[in-house]
Amino acid sequence: MTTQATATPVRGTGTRRNTAAWLQEYGVYAAVAALLLFNAFFTEYFLTADNLRTQLIQVAPIVIVALGMALVIGTEGVDLSVGSAMALAAALLPLYLGYGLVPALLVALLAGAVVGLVNGALVSVVGLQPIVATLALFVGGRGFALVLADGQLKQIVNPDLLALGTGSLLGIPLVVLIAGVLALAVAFLVHRTTFGRQVVAIGGNRRAAALAGLPVKRVLTGVYVLCGVLAALAGVLATSRLTASDPSSLGTLMELSAITAVVVGGTPLSGGSVRVLGTVAGALLMQLLRATLVKHDLPDSTAQIAQAAIIIAAVYVARERRSR
Amino acid sequence: MAPPEAAPFEAAPPEAATPATSGAPSSAAPTVLEAHGVGKRFPGVVALDDVSFSLRAGEVHALVGENGAGKSTLIKALTGVHRPDSGELLLSGRPVRFARPSEAQAAGISTIYQEVNLVPLMSVARNIFLGREPRNRFGLIDFPRMHAEAAALLGGFGVTVDPRRPLDSLGIGTQQMVALARAVSVEAHVVVMDEPTSSLEPREVETLFRIIDDLRRRDIAVVYVSHRMDELYRICDRVTVLRDGRHIHTGPIGGLDRMRLVSMMLGREISEVRRHGMTSFGSEGHDVARKPVLTATGLARRHQLDDVSLELHPGEVLGLGGLLGSGRSETAKALAGALALDAGQVRVDGAPLGRFSSAGAIRAGISLLPEDRKAEGIVPGLSVRENIVLAALPRLSRLGIVSRARQDRVVDIFMKRLRIKASSPEQKVGELSGGNQQKVLLARWLCLEPKVLLLDEPTRGIDVGAKAEVQALIDELAQEGLAVLLISSDIEELVEGSDRIVVLRSGGTVGELVGENVSEDALLAALADHTTPTQDSPNPADTTTGAPVPAAEPSAAGSAPAQASPPADPAPAAEEDPR
Amino acid sequence: MNPTPSLTAPATGVKGSAPGGTAGSDRPASGLSAAERVLSLVQRQGVLAVLLLVVVIASFAYPTFAGLDNARGVLIQASFLAIVALGMTLVIITGGIDLSVGSVFALGGVLAAWASQWGLLPALLVPLVVCGAIGTLNGLLIARAGMAPFIVTLASLLGARGLLLAFTDEGATTYLVPKGSAFAELGQGSIGGFGHPILVALVLLGIGGLVLQRTSFGQTLFAVGGSGDAATLMGLPVARAKVTVYLLSGLLAGFAGALNAARLSSGVTIIGTGMELDAIAAVVIGGTLLVGGAGSISGTLWGVLLLAVIQNLINQIGSLNSSYQSVVSGGFLILVVVAQRYVSRSRRTL
Repeated sequence: MTTQATATPVRGTGTRRNTAAWLQEYGVYAAVAALLLFNAFFTEYFLTADNLRTQLIQVAPIVIVALGMALVIGTEGVDLSVGSAMALAAALLPLYLGYGLVPALLVALLAGAVVGLVNGALVSVVGLQPIVATLALFVGGRGFALVLADGQLKQIVNPDLLALGTGSLLGIPLVVLIAGVLALAVAFLVHRTTFGRQVVAIGGNRRAAALAGLPVKRVLTGVYVLCGVLAALAGVLATSRLTASDPSSLGTLMELSAITAVVVGGTPLSGGSVRVLGTVAGALLMQLLRATLVKHDLPDSTAQIAQAAIIIAAVYVARERRSR
Repeated sequence: MAPPEAAPFEAAPPEAATPATSGAPSSAAPTVLEAHGVGKRFPGVVALDDVSFSLRAGEVHALVGENGAGKSTLIKALTGVHRPDSGELLLSGRPVRFARPSEAQAAGISTIYQEVNLVPLMSVARNIFLGREPRNRFGLIDFPRMHAEAAALLGGFGVTVDPRRPLDSLGIGTQQMVALARAVSVEAHVVVMDEPTSSLEPREVETLFRIIDDLRRRDIAVVYVSHRMDELYRICDRVTVLRDGRHIHTGPIGGLDRMRLVSMMLGREISEVRRHGMTSFGSEGHDVARKPVLTATGLARRHQLDDVSLELHPGEVLGLGGLLGSGRSETAKALAGALALDAGQVRVDGAPLGRFSSAGAIRAGISLLPEDRKAEGIVPGLSVRENIVLAALPRLSRLGIVSRARQDRVVDIFMKRLRIKASSPEQKVGELSGGNQQKVLLARWLCLEPKVLLLDEPTRGIDVGAKAEVQALIDELAQEGLAVLLISSDIEELVEGSDRIVVLRSGGTVGELVGENVSEDALLAALADHTTPTQDSPNPADTTTGAPVPAAEPSAAGSAPAQASPPADPAPAAEEDPR
Repeated sequence: MNPTPSLTAPATGVKGSAPGGTAGSDRPASGLSAAERVLSLVQRQGVLAVLLLVVVIASFAYPTFAGLDNARGVLIQASFLAIVALGMTLVIITGGIDLSVGSVFALGGVLAAWASQWGLLPALLVPLVVCGAIGTLNGLLIARAGMAPFIVTLASLLGARGLLLAFTDEGATTYLVPKGSAFAELGQGSIGGFGHPILVALVLLGIGGLVLQRTSFGQTLFAVGGSGDAATLMGLPVARAKVTVYLLSGLLAGFAGALNAARLSSGVTIIGTGMELDAIAAVVIGGTLLVGGAGSISGTLWGVLLLAVIQNLINQIGSLNSSYQSVVSGGFLILVVVAQRYVSRSRRTL
């Protein structure tokens, strides 16, 4: 089969494929709407400002990490080290808070950038598979964070940092506001900038992108750096919410939550598209699901099993689409 | 999962054992494998259309055809990789169906693929015996025996290599020999070889031929796919020609004229010269500037390119002639910086291109429309708009932010100029027809305003209307002063579209057709020329029986300056050729 | 790009005339360049050398380290990881990955402790059945549905953890192994001073090594990981091999969990987090290619022991944070993976 590339693509006609396509495109929004509707009728005190606030605050760090993850997945990659980057940021904060909030923040974000740079270099320059490349920091990053923190949980007393976690602007919690602004920024990045379009093109057809003269290595590295920085920022925000730096457990399984949000949001693991709004909705969906189950006195275990099932279903649906 | 209707696979031992002769088997030799009216469709393309093929015991049967002829599909249908949509396979006269490769192998059909299909990290012996390792009495693999058998097997081929070595530590040629050893060590009645010599050194080719002779003596049938004319004439008994998924010809190769074979492969009749019959190229030549915009000298890459030199002038369409495997696509890729070279230089406007990279070539004004539209061209999930501006993004952006207005302007201009039919610029390219995808790619390159446009099979697999439009566009672009390199396996297109044709064979430039000689006859003659420089010790015994090659068309062969010499242009670059 | 010039290729190539027989081709070193030999030696035995070096230095530096009691302690700690890493080795050789082993390990332990009230056999069978089912599900989703191994097993990491929580009233219930039962003896007893888990692990690794190196199934695993397309074209049962390795990985992780529960006398719910990372690190440090196609059980054993020794040393030093261990494994991981990449690249361009 050297030249059957001449085939004009035939779109899937089976209803099963169309269903799968619809599910991947709009399923997440429909599900979010359905959950909200369900709760509006069957859950007491769900659609209250307080509860929604709580839900949004809880989901904000996941959204921020998932935004970076969406970019990485858009290039047909994956970043398993985001949880470690969060822990690293959390561990560094108390060490530098003495110099003020801004320097500490910068150091924390820089750590995320370094994590991303290592990942990106391993992927683009050394040419490792993304899973393999990010595994090393997945293993070692948290250990390093614990070493930095001497294995201890440290209370945060810096009022500026605490204000970041508890403050609000016009009634909207700062954390939520930051996540929202970042989502808009990433959407702008993806749709309106050279970099964003190159990310999607490289994920869609890397050979074609290289032949079209795109700076493939630079873009790939940049994507992992962005993902690392966003994860570090999420670590900072989560730490300020917790009022403690807890590198041993902060961000564990975050890679899973983030990948879930991205995949449930309709971004295929095979790359070539980044759905920012879908990713935000995906994170919201998982959060609402958990909250709904908890409010109906279903245990955490059920939530976990449901989450696992949804991940499998989402990836399966995406796979249906791809194999056409 | 095995189809119940499949016949038992104990293929009968070849009956009526013909006396072991090294020559062609008599037509009385039993037919071992037969395909009757086999059809196979892939989405949007008919790969095989009612093709019949029969293989006799002890014959070497050449299977030839250009790209897209259906050779690979036929082989895959014979070996269980594809299941044909229609028709039937007969093995020793009994109908069989193979659901997967293992069933074909069990039935005695083994295959050597062009890309060595072995496991690189495993040892030579393990590769040969994978799936049927010799066991000792504890049911465990008997490695000493396996190594001894592997060494003996390879030794029989004249290959001395430690069977414990990992396969990927060997040269490609030796790996190919290991694949061959695997193929013949199973009790095979049929061995299919898909371009077995494409990565072999001349010496290794000789070994291969000895092995094939040996197979022939053992009454094993060989299907031999190759683009190298000399090999076909030297080793094969019969030939089957496929074109566009259809069966064209089957017969003894000995009496078949070489020109005739090439013309059947390309679908052009000898002396059927119809200028401006079917294509949409203008009749006038172009105003060609004196000074070349692109000069390539001594391009070389192991196994692919061997001393390719050419010049490209503004305002001309230079055709790159050559059969499949001659290095024409590789040449285009090398010029576009997409293929690393071992030697050679590319100059644009006299300035040498530095490190080979696509980005560098694009900056220098070279654009390549790649051959494989799907794998190397379009980004199927992106819109028409984004595919068009992909390479031009940095030029349409300010501070990294894409200017929507400028983008729209460019997209609008090119969608109109190339008459790209899409529901809107937002439609995904993957949903367009092949012709429109090709136009989108052309637009991607044209909006960079290149100096040199390399077109690798620009009209393959697109409908007639789009084809005509693309051809007219090529003409127009050259008239506007662009330098165009045209590669096409459509010989009519090549002849009518080109001002000049450089002929490649075995990865090197072997001649050039200019002026009156840009004709189909001359090109066919040049392509069929049998003097292959890489062959160092041809065996005269086999070749003399057939192939009275250039004699059949003395006038054409004589008039074409298709001597084995690079174009003798007194360009300054040519003098710097290290050779 | 090409450190070893292609001059080596013709030396191994085809001889012009057939010498007949196997003459002169029996020496393993024939034609292997010195660089190749060093590389393959480092790849196969590098960990062992590092392990020995660390042990020798540590024995001099910390007298408590060299004691027999300490050695027994290290080995028993390592034995559970070794069993899990055995399954992981098989999975990684096929080019996959199993991130669910930590959860499955914990689940196996809880199920075994719960079932141990009915005797030894249920205590072993229940975890094996459940964990085997999880492994099979992983395998089917990966091999038949063509989903990415990391995401499937990441989901089953979550799912197995959820099952475990559901089974223990959200972690509130801890099942205890009856004192003096045969099951408890399995985990706590010893022969010649070496705990049963150590011996069990060694036997399993031995069998695993034999299966991997000396059976057709083992060869198939290498082929699947080395080149899935080639394996399919050679007619090997690719999908079946994949399902089998995930099944085995689940079984082994569940069994290791059961053994651990027997040793601890209870099904500890918070155990096993991050164990998948230790297992992967041990396997890769042991020279198994993370992209699949090459590896060995012995290497995995040395990798496991190296991690255990380093952990033990960090404890010996006392002043060091125990998290140094994962820093070290992470560091090793990068080194090994990058080195493997360059080795395979230089070989391919030969």
